[in-house]
Amino acid sequence: MATPKKTVAKESGQEKAGSPPEFSRDQELKALRDMLLIRRFEEKAGQLYGMGAIGGFCHLYIGQEAVVVGMQMALKPGDEVITGYRDHGHMLACDMEAKGVMAELTGRRGGYSRGKGGSMHMFSKEKHFYGGHGIVGAQVSLGTGLAFANRYRGNDNVSVTYFGDGAANQGQVYESFNMAELWKLPVIYVIENNRYAMGTAVSRASAQQDFSKRGVSFNIPGKQVDGMDVRAVKAAADEATSWCRGGNGPIILEMQTYRYRGHSMSDPAKYRTREEVEKVRHDQDPIEQVRNRLLAAGVSEQDLKAIDAEVREIVNEAADFAQHDPEPDPSELYTDIYR
Amino acid sequence: MPIQVLMPALSPTMEKGNLAKWLKKEGETIKSGDVIAEIETDKATMEVEATDEGTLGKILIPEGTADVAVNTPIATILADGESAADLAKAPVAPVPQPKAAEAPAAEAKAEAPQPAAKVPAAPVSEALPDPEIPAGTEMVTQTIREALRDAMAEEMRRDGDVFIMGEEVAEYQGAYKVTQGLLQEFGARRVIDTPITEHGFAGVGVGAAMAGLKPIVEFMTWNFAMQAIDQIINSAAKTLYMSGGQMGCSIVFRGPNGAAARVAAQHSQDYAAWYSQIPGLKVIAPYSAADYKGLLKAAIRDPNPVVFLENEMLYGHTGEVPKLPDFVVPIGKARIARAGKDVTIVSWAMGMSYALKAADELAKEGIEAEVIDLRTIRPMDTETIINSVKKTGRAVTVEEGWQQSGVGSEVASRIMEHAFDYLDAPVARVSGKDVPMPYAANLEKLALPSVAEVVAAAKAVSYR
Repeated sequence: MATPKKTVAKESGQEKAGSPPEFSRDQELKALRDMLLIRRFEEKAGQLYGMGAIGGFCHLYIGQEAVVVGMQMALKPGDEVITGYRDHGHMLACDMEAKGVMAELTGRRGGYSRGKGGSMHMFSKEKHFYGGHGIVGAQVSLGTGLAFANRYRGNDNVSVTYFGDGAANQGQVYESFNMAELWKLPVIYVIENNRYAMGTAVSRASAQQDFSKRGVSFNIPGKQVDGMDVRAVKAAADEATSWCRGGNGPIILEMQTYRYRGHSMSDPAKYRTREEVEKVRHDQDPIEQVRNRLLAAGVSEQDLKAIDAEVREIVNEAADFAQHDPEPDPSELYTDIYR
Repeated sequence: MPIQVLMPALSPTMEKGNLAKWLKKEGETIKSGDVIAEIETDKATMEVEATDEGTLGKILIPEGTADVAVNTPIATILADGESAADLAKAPVAPVPQPKAAEAPAAEAKAEAPQPAAKVPAAPVSEALPDPEIPAGTEMVTQTIREALRDAMAEEMRRDGDVFIMGEEVAEYQGAYKVTQGLLQEFGARRVIDTPITEHGFAGVGVGAAMAGLKPIVEFMTWNFAMQAIDQIINSAAKTLYMSGGQMGCSIVFRGPNGAAARVAAQHSQDYAAWYSQIPGLKVIAPYSAADYKGLLKAAIRDPNPVVFLENEMLYGHTGEVPKLPDFVVPIGKARIARAGKDVTIVSWAMGMSYALKAADELAKEGIEAEVIDLRTIRPMDTETIINSVKKTGRAVTVEEGWQQSGVGSEVASRIMEHAFDYLDAPVARVSGKDVPMPYAANLEKLALPSVAEVVAAAKAVSYR
């Protein structure tokens, strides 16, 4: 994975090179815990899918955990988050309850959307999580609209709008870029480049593969970030949030990351080799990186196991709830169409 | 306790698969993420990854076994500190079945096989009556263009969250001058010129609405909103439902719809039927100046996404609008534009101009037509239509849009469902012809409905 580099020069731009700033021990522990929660949650979701408890499409976030966790560490209450369909990690990072997310995956009444949205469509107004959108790229205009509302109201909230390398080729992304820069909207476009849009490698779909440059013709600054290193993500997010809160308009962060699992559960993954996946997993795993640093800093294996155990308990409880909570009442068929 | 590995389902439709190969042997250490086996389905060969850590205790299904049902235990994993002696403790993993919500008691008694749960009845929307217009209220004669502008200005004065965005709405004062003067009164923060990017600005509007603002998104014409239809339907209309009621979207999409004059196929199309199909949207298509004003005010206040279809040909028409401090016409209520007893003519928007002229013609021949202006296409005021048809026994629908799956077809279906026994003749549909709108003046005229066609249809259903 490329080292972070500034790709668009701006007078106000901050040059960065070399290793990202160190985390405090508390930050490392928090990052580890939050990333582990996502990984264990997703593994469990994969398992439940295999058992037929989760239906339809189920897109797992395993491998990309450092992106949402690092970004979230830089946000303040009130900042909005919106993403596409690979959204479980984003919701957990936003502090939405694992139970509610898992129960939505199984289509039960205790799910965040009361069982009516499923894996790709979940929301939490309370946690400022605006979905969960199933149409590739649609969330980019919507997230720009969230930023518009912040600007309209004159608050200092920032809209963090996530999309993938695949969505980055959609037309409405550029329509949104144009308006965001024109109106100086406080939006961070986080492009999660996990190298494959479903089964299509970036090199086969993108004429410009440096996604941090996708805003160049709109004068939107961009930056490539090592999305496997949670510290690098946090540092980039800090810069981006101050850029937006300073009234400078939008900014693009290309997170260079990797998904270990298939695009969805039914992906035989014939477009890449097992060795490629193994290599990233072995060399760059976002969780192992933090774990190794903590061990080197003298944290005991025992303490780390305790974190894992705490996380597993949350996930197991969520899975248990999600399998025993009843399905929505039939009367729910006709609710929530109008208000 | 040992953990059982089950035959996984790898797609929503998979029921069984072949266990092609074991990649781990009994006794081998397994880490989460290790590929332990390969399974084949009719579509692909897939790898089974371990999600737990430990030692592969026992292989329960040998490789080469065909048609292994999903959820069959295929192996047992021993956790740290467990040995083969623990294998017997492995649970037969229960797969909890979703508890179906209880069916109504009446159904439980039924003898015939029943589906798991009865489909609940769809709610019936009930519209409020039109507002009282006190005797002596001054009526202002104004154009529909002015009525629309006044409606927006009044709502923007009333609620600071209401703003308007669209192409040329601000400095140019509106492509059709509907937003004239709004920039001067409300400033550039609330009257916003957008680039020519319908898809993008519709999405920005919906996002702002999700955040609690109340955007009015103007499309220069609804034809251009085809670029934005995904945001209107997939984002605006469905989010309340998909979020279990948490996140709605109070937004008005408005602009001219239907045939203009001599602008040919890409600029002349009626979208009433398209949007009227979508649960979650309200669709309004008024005809009179008063309704344009009162319904646009209602649309802006409505907490749901509203598609407001105007007509360019009508912008310059004048009508009487009551001068009241707050004149709001309820959504979902049809208006009897002309009372009659012999035949019901159902129309809306521009179609009303043909319908009303036809009613004048019919009156000369002694046929008293009752003309219903639907005003709102969704939710549709079925009751007003049915009550009229019960009286007249005959019905004609008039629309500029195409006939197939048109709004007229929906009206005819509802009449058939609710008033079949009252009908003295099949319902007749007058509509735009089944062609893209031609440019040539004579062909364009032929492609649209005409007063003569409405008269002929009304006489035909009256057997005269």
